Amino acid sequence: MTASTVPPVIRAAGVNKIFTVRNADPVVALTDVTLDIYAGEFLSLIGPSGCGKSTLLRLIADLAEPTSGELTVNGKKPAQARLDRDYGMVFQAATLYDWRNVTQNVQLPLEIMGTPKAEREKRAQEMLELVELGKFGRHYPWQLSGGMQQRVAIARALAFQPKLLLMDEPFGALDEFTRERMNLELLRIWQATQTTVVFVTHSIAEAVFLSSRVVVMSPRPGRITSVLDIDLPYPRNFETRELPRFFQLVTQVRELLRDAHTFDE
Amino acid sequence: MRVKIQEYLPTILVAATVLLAWEVLVTAFNVQQFILPRPTRIWGELYGEFSSWVSGQGSILFESGGATFYEAIGGFILGCGSGILVALITARWTVVSQALMPFAIAANSVPIIAFAPIMNNWFGLTNPASKMAIVAIIVFFPTMINTVRGLTLIDPRQLELMRSYAASPFKILWSVRIPNAVPYIFSALRVASPLSMIGAVVAEFFGGPRATLGVFITQSASGFDFARAWAAIVVASAIGITFYATIIIAERVLAPWGRRG
Repeated sequence: MTASTVPPVIRAAGVNKIFTVRNADPVVALTDVTLDIYAGEFLSLIGPSGCGKSTLLRLIADLAEPTSGELTVNGKKPAQARLDRDYGMVFQAATLYDWRNVTQNVQLPLEIMGTPKAEREKRAQEMLELVELGKFGRHYPWQLSGGMQQRVAIARALAFQPKLLLMDEPFGALDEFTRERMNLELLRIWQATQTTVVFVTHSIAEAVFLSSRVVVMSPRPGRITSVLDIDLPYPRNFETRELPRFFQLVTQVRELLRDAHTFDE
Repeated sequence: MRVKIQEYLPTILVAATVLLAWEVLVTAFNVQQFILPRPTRIWGELYGEFSSWVSGQGSILFESGGATFYEAIGGFILGCGSGILVALITARWTVVSQALMPFAIAANSVPIIAFAPIMNNWFGLTNPASKMAIVAIIVFFPTMINTVRGLTLIDPRQLELMRSYAASPFKILWSVRIPNAVPYIFSALRVASPLSMIGAVVAEFFGGPRATLGVFITQSASGFDFARAWAAIVVASAIGITFYATIIIAERVLAPWGRRG
């Protein structure tokens, strides 16, 4: 762990999350999660279904509350960080609003935050160019492919220039080829915008390729089992996936996942 | 926009075949006109009314059509408008809408037309308001129910996204709930448009001014003038279909995201 004097962007200390279900035993989604995430990191949370990786992301985003433990975003409670619009969020589904065209979708967060119209339009165009959809502003979501829709969602999340980007399996629904292209694009955007990214995935290759750090999680109960620094050189590109070091790291993550996963059910 | 004739050809062929078979069979089996008049006789009635209307002598049939449509559209605007309004108010307070919805759904399955004689008493037999009231009640419930659905049946992630932007409840209503409801409202209006014509005509069966379609039909039928009764039915259908088509066109223009592709 880097001994830094800079405070972390996200600090989780002993975070627990228990879902109480009616007429059933409570579900322990997360237990004793302790993790510091620093500015400029690209951190992936990886693990099988039910390991609580999405839950952890939702706690950071204040879409759910921890049952116990301490969690701060930029030194604030997640609820305050949300009200301060400290983060942008991208879900697995693009979640575009069908009644708005592409540029109107990208402008939506700015609209809500009261940004003047001219500024909004300029920013939306910049963001669309960043995700290489500059010419698609007037298209409607249903006229775009899945990969394009997801890029619009990323442009929208970046539109108000949050310092923190939370991504919940954003490429999970895409085919392998589109996914690899999107990975490259996301890395480029990450480097261009200097955003801190917390990225949930269950693809080992994706986690290794994208991340500066990979956090391996395990289910029942959801917990962090290991943290791995990814020392692949930058800029990463198509050749990166063919480096021996890439395969070593993929194997290492796979073994960590296997060790953590007990087939006790 | 280029209309492809091939697309509509089957429909036109079916209509032509049915009309032709109707004409031939009625003539061949010598069916009495009070059972079923020939299409050409119905057409003759319509044509007669039309030429007398064009020549400035007026047409009781077209006048009736206009009067009935006036009742239908008045009730439609009143009923659908208040249905949307009530839904907007109740969706703001979910408790209220949850309390009201079972009643709305129950009321929606009541044969409201049975209240027509009562409305005739309340507002006066010849007052268009008595028919508008019936139409308004008939279209109110489906519109309200559908609007509430559209305001509440929303992809949870769309709401979470708004939450992540720290959007106010009003912003969420304006930017997500209302646009989400628009296609639902249109599907209610699509149902409501022919329903309002039906409501107005049936309400007139219980009595109304002489120049209305319902009264025109009952009077022609009781005078054994069935070709005239059928002509009035054709007029009622034409108005209903035009009304319905207008709603569909409005939907395509105003809410293209609802019926994409």
